[in-house]
Amino acid sequence: MYSYSDFDEGFVRTRVAQFTGQVARRLDGSLTEEEFRPLRLMNGLYLQLHAYMLRVAIPYGTLSPHQMRQLAMIAGTYDKGYGHFTTRQNIQFNWPKLPDVPAILGALADVEMHAIQTSGNCVRNVTADHFAGAAADEIEDPRPYAELLRQWSMDHPEFQFLPRKFKIAITGSPHDRAVTRAHDIGLRMVRNDAGIAGFEVIVGGGLGRTPMLGHVVRDFLPIADLLPYVEAVLSVYNILGRRDNKYKARIKITVHETGAQEITRMIEERFIETRAQFGGADQALLDDIRAAFAPPAFRNAGAETYDAAYAKDGAFRAWADTNLSQHRIDGYAIVTVSLKAHGDTPGDATGEQMRVLADLAEHYGHSDLRISHEQNVILPHVHKSDLPAVYAALQAVGLATANIGLLSDIIACPGMDYCSLATARSIPVAQELAMHFKALDLEHDIGPIKLKISGCINACGHHHVGHIGILGLDRAGVENYQITLGGDGSELAAIGEKIGPGFAYDQVTPAIERLLRAYLDVRLEAGETFINAYRRLGPVPFKAALYGEGDHSDAA
Amino acid sequence: MSRSYTPKVVTANDLRLGDVVYLTQSGQWSRLHNDAALYSDEEQANAALGSAAAQSLIIVGAYLADAKAGLHGPEPVHFREVFRTRGPSNYAHGKQVDLQEPAKVA
Repeated sequence: MYSYSDFDEGFVRTRVAQFTGQVARRLDGSLTEEEFRPLRLMNGLYLQLHAYMLRVAIPYGTLSPHQMRQLAMIAGTYDKGYGHFTTRQNIQFNWPKLPDVPAILGALADVEMHAIQTSGNCVRNVTADHFAGAAADEIEDPRPYAELLRQWSMDHPEFQFLPRKFKIAITGSPHDRAVTRAHDIGLRMVRNDAGIAGFEVIVGGGLGRTPMLGHVVRDFLPIADLLPYVEAVLSVYNILGRRDNKYKARIKITVHETGAQEITRMIEERFIETRAQFGGADQALLDDIRAAFAPPAFRNAGAETYDAAYAKDGAFRAWADTNLSQHRIDGYAIVTVSLKAHGDTPGDATGEQMRVLADLAEHYGHSDLRISHEQNVILPHVHKSDLPAVYAALQAVGLATANIGLLSDIIACPGMDYCSLATARSIPVAQELAMHFKALDLEHDIGPIKLKISGCINACGHHHVGHIGILGLDRAGVENYQITLGGDGSELAAIGEKIGPGFAYDQVTPAIERLLRAYLDVRLEAGETFINAYRRLGPVPFKAALYGEGDHSDAA
Repeated sequence: MSRSYTPKVVTANDLRLGDVVYLTQSGQWSRLHNDAALYSDEEQANAALGSAAAQSLIIVGAYLADAKAGLHGPEPVHFREVFRTRGPSNYAHGKQVDLQEPAKVA
């Protein structure tokens, strides 16, 4: 994987030193909170409901075992023994003390990590397909391009004070695991008619208060034009984006108000200028970066141990059936480690679990770890013969839950258990749903489904693109939950439809059960997934299940 | 003063720890909602907030939160403020375990 250059190292160390001084000056009164607040946010430090929260970037979701162990150390030394992996491939520590934060940032810098640009109106952590470099359907590993974008956007002087935050996602596969159409810029690798790889460029997607899917502004962008083109998009947005109204400041609104055709024209016009300014240094840099992402030395071996375990161990078989994905190399598998044990907090991992994951990556996974936007951990390259050993080690620390892609594999934001912006809780809703459907023993029968929960309209839990989305709101001082149906974050991206009035906190699980029992009743056969049944039938039967014929007394 | 004014407490977060704190009658900060001074008068509440906000070496993010009188002192009204008196619901972390005498919550 990529290692910091001297420039990266110097930049991050300088930032740590600067922030160390800033914290000291805040604590001795030399800086007011008004002066300090933007400085701490530039370094990923938020003030939440019960404590500070430090958001650390995991660029394109890639971690080394060494880095994972350092996150475990930070969790144990400076926090309460765990970390929370987020939908933006970040990790959040929920309980840091302000005087400790400089030391935490120093510890992160020791392993080439930081919390810079995890807040503020700048280009945020560039996210990528968590199966990058391993997926069987991949055109090319997108991470060298994500790294190029990271270096370009880091402290970019023109783009530190954008109208609003800016999120870029990239995938190298036709099957979109990076939700590219819900990002400010989505980049999808495609091949042109000549078979050459390039990017489809999607602009103006975003969830939040006004969910929108992005528009394709370029069907095929040559790889060499990536940076000047992205710079042209940012440049146009920086001028046009609305700074008068925070709620209309994201590029999705700019695209909507300007029109996709006109903004495309403006981007292309600006691109002529930006392309002329790039003298090829970016391509030389890209060559170096590519070398850092060279595939590991895959080995040839038999898979007899895997076949034997699969044949005789039902629990292993269930896990293999749900948590493994096809690797591009024969004999290998992609392992998704569920951070969604039934009843636990989605996305949380203890320090001990992080250390075990680091050890497994080192021993069995070519020292590669990924964090998915779905809040799980990926071991992208595991030889099948090692899977029984990996499974046993995961089992020992509560990480062997066989539920990837099933109902209890829920995305949930921190919600009002932690977040100062939240309007309702998310985590206990996810916990209860997972436990309830486990008790009913229904989730394998229900099959693949994406259930996503946000605790406010900002939609960190991606509820708009959940097959079932749940949005927690504050209705007259009471938690209330809206349900949306039919959303999709894949290459078939769709924004879910709000089906009717919201439900009280204790009525969410019964409502979801009614909904899913209705699905089981109406599906054509067991292979017809919930989303496919919804696409075939529309909302009517599901609305009837949620609300009945007339009595909406549960609904607020 | 308007009779419709909802009583308030002054709350903030501890500058160093981030923990939720409440302004008491004596101008000190307590970890317990029940210890808070309850202001039924808007002018007094605003004045208390102003003096609290000036204590920037101790606290951060002071604001007025709706509250009501209770048996053991002021109690929160809104569920957000109830959560702030105890900590998150997914772990036994925060005030619900840090305080020897947990804040009474609705």
